Amino acid sequence: MKRKHKESLTSLAILSPSIITLAVFVYGFISRSVQISLLDWDTFSSFMRKAKDYVGLENYAGLFREARFQTDLWNTLYFTLFFILGCLAIGILLSLILNNKPKGGYFFQNLYLFPMAISFVVTGTVWRWIFAPGRLPDNPRGINLLFEQLGLDVFQWGWFTSTGNFLGFNIALVAVIIAAVWQYSGYTMAMWLAGLRGIDQQLIEAARIDGASKWQIFTKILFPIQKPITLSAIIVLAHVSLKAFALIYAMTGSGPNNVTDIPAVYMFEATFRSNRYSTGSAIAIVLLMMVGLLIIPYLVNSFKEE
Amino acid sequence: MDEKMTTQEKIIRYAILIAFAIFFLIPMYVLLSTSLKSFSEVSINTMWQLPDSLSFEGFREAFTKLAPNVLNSFYLVIPATLLSAIMGSMNGYVLSHWKFKGSDTLFALILFGMFIPYQSVLFPLVQFMQTIGLYGSIPGLILVHVVYGLPITTLMFRNYYQDVPEALTEAAKVDGANIFSIYRHIFFPISIPSFVVVFIWQFTNIWNEFLFAVSLTDTQSQPITVALTNLAGSQVVEWNVQMSGAIITALPTLLVYIIFGRYFIKGMLAGSVKG
Repeated sequence: MKRKHKESLTSLAILSPSIITLAVFVYGFISRSVQISLLDWDTFSSFMRKAKDYVGLENYAGLFREARFQTDLWNTLYFTLFFILGCLAIGILLSLILNNKPKGGYFFQNLYLFPMAISFVVTGTVWRWIFAPGRLPDNPRGINLLFEQLGLDVFQWGWFTSTGNFLGFNIALVAVIIAAVWQYSGYTMAMWLAGLRGIDQQLIEAARIDGASKWQIFTKILFPIQKPITLSAIIVLAHVSLKAFALIYAMTGSGPNNVTDIPAVYMFEATFRSNRYSTGSAIAIVLLMMVGLLIIPYLVNSFKEE
Repeated sequence: MDEKMTTQEKIIRYAILIAFAIFFLIPMYVLLSTSLKSFSEVSINTMWQLPDSLSFEGFREAFTKLAPNVLNSFYLVIPATLLSAIMGSMNGYVLSHWKFKGSDTLFALILFGMFIPYQSVLFPLVQFMQTIGLYGSIPGLILVHVVYGLPITTLMFRNYYQDVPEALTEAAKVDGANIFSIYRHIFFPISIPSFVVVFIWQFTNIWNEFLFAVSLTDTQSQPITVALTNLAGSQVVEWNVQMSGAIITALPTLLVYIIFGRYFIKGMLAGSVKG
């Protein structure tokens, strides 16, 4: 018994640097952010005075009344939705083709994955130049110029500078979504491919002999088997999209009328550019709640399975 | 399966593969062709054309501007990667083979740190770093990346060590080995492949990271990602310089991917919950 006790102490000692730093850096700082979000620190002077005047949830209420933040929430919703759908559609399609081991498949597989190794900052820098619209119609740039040279002028539009809006969806986001899908669809492909390689081929063969079409095999066999993998991919991608700060920052910024703004960018500007510390903290906590809503059910579920 | 396909199906499949290959290569084409143009040749009208003659002017200027930041990134990434991997390995070892009352709860609490959006800790973090005098310095950024890297490295090593039979540890204990010697003589040697995966994962993530880098550094200590956005954000910098800068930023992690692709994918699938 005594030895067991000593062992636990040694274990704890080994873990203690991690426990202490994480206690401060994760739990301590989140608590501090919550606290600041409940204070009235939206000017530099109130921050310097370290005034302890709590305003309750007023910062949150104000935030949800603001046009910019409302736009940010719509943008997050649509960006996340289309980003995930894009990555799933392309990733699954490519994995199905590559799973048949076509000649040169290995080459294609590696090619589709390389954007995963690159920073969102690089992705943003390049795609910003590609999608910079120029002055239409006389002075097109980027992809608009390519369209002109190919005689496809009809496809020219303002890309990420467009202020068009459809059911709350800022169409400027299309450009950002394409860049994000470019970076992450290889990830869904790799996840699906890893799963497909584990599926018993006899199962597929039996279904084929029974006369199942390819589409039926996909919807009735492959997709159900791959559901957990697809779910994990969705969670990861949703998580990525909530954190797409670097991509937006490098590619478009908030854009005209905040058409490409997201809460993370607003949080950064509020906190570090305009001294609205309480508003910035409130946005940060809203982000944390959004991630929590997404992750906690998923984690509970996967721990149950374990 | 291949032989059962009709020629038509094969053509469609390759058409799809090639179409996507083009989509994935477009940015690479733009990067390379623009970065190798001379200042006089860089113009918006010739954006999609290959350079008439190869010029390294863009690279030379980008490198002059970014060299200190490339160094900063290496000073940051190497110690942060090593430290977070070693600590994660010790944590994972203890949490899988030296469990104690409450250790599973502790593991869950550690893990929580990798799911949070870092905005939720950002402002208090900046204040804290200012208080302890590490704001605007590379060691400060190393500390931050080690701490926030611990959850994922701990998870990766714990999952790896969990497959090591308990009997092995028990037998070593009977022979009088202690927690440290068992790690040194048994667990550390067998976890080299795991270390490679974690190194690559951490190297790539920390090199590419932007939010902490932009919030916690000054002009002296900026890593390459921040310097690139500053370079690209200024209107006076020519496109060939910006694209050269983007290539310089991407090159180290791309090389890692090309050389260690297999391990990179392993890490991506294992560590993907972090995103």
